[in-house]
Amino acid sequence: MSYVLAGYGVSFVVLGGYAVRVIRRGRALARALPPEPSPPAWP
Amino acid sequence: MTSTASRGTRVIGALALVGLVVTVVMGLTLPLTEEQLEYSRLIAIHPAIAWCAYLAFFVTALGSALYLWKSTRAPLWDHVAVASAEVGVVFTALTLVTGSIWGRPTWGVWWVWDARLTTTALMFVLYLGYLAVRRVPAAPDVRATRAAVVGLLAAVVVPINHYTVEWWRTLHQGESLAPGTLDGRFKVAMLVGFLAMTLAYAWLLVHRMRVERLEERLESEGLDLAIAERQAEAVAP
Repeated sequence: MSYVLAGYGVSFVVLGGYAVRVIRRGRALARALPPEPSPPAWP
Repeated sequence: MTSTASRGTRVIGALALVGLVVTVVMGLTLPLTEEQLEYSRLIAIHPAIAWCAYLAFFVTALGSALYLWKSTRAPLWDHVAVASAEVGVVFTALTLVTGSIWGRPTWGVWWVWDARLTTTALMFVLYLGYLAVRRVPAAPDVRATRAAVVGLLAAVVVPINHYTVEWWRTLHQGESLAPGTLDGRFKVAMLVGFLAMTLAYAWLLVHRMRVERLEERLESEGLDLAIAERQAEAVAP
């Protein structure tokens, strides 16, 4: 069972860690930049 | 506003989260099999992660093609391509790691130079190369054009990787969803995993695209500021 748990564990830790990294980078950039006059409608 | 989320991404994110929880519960409660005992429970995540890697690189190729095509050329397609490539590299790394974890108890080895594994490793290295090309200093349009060419060429490895199990004799199993290969419960768990991981990919893609757009703005506004400072220095007595 340890291999199965390792597979699930690694996948979710890596995906979660990457998601947090992307969010934090986005927030830091948004704080550093003045608001856009007309932000794009998409995405 | 410091958040890069929107109502749409929040909905996708919530659905992905629910889907991933359901995938874990379904995957970890799958019955033991005669051939692989409990190790077959990895079927709920490993093929889904690999599918997301394929999808990501297809989207990179599509974004690259739309950027290179004169009538559709727009920074948006470059942002789609780079965001998808980076997310794809994460999914490919996870494909290699989860595959290796599955391989150890069932094949007896962590790694073997099998056609499927080798082309997956090649795909990983190619897209790391794509991300490296983007870091070579250049004007944004030059960088985007170079990267788009690499993004299109690298995509050749994706269908080769997919068909390796049919074209060559490999240790890696054949197509998982082929008729008669899987019991119903395994098939459902696998399909739920596909759906959840695809939603997670979409959520990551949109957020990463927004980061790319903000980085490009920071780069161009930083450059404008540096030029203005130089000009002020030049006119100062």
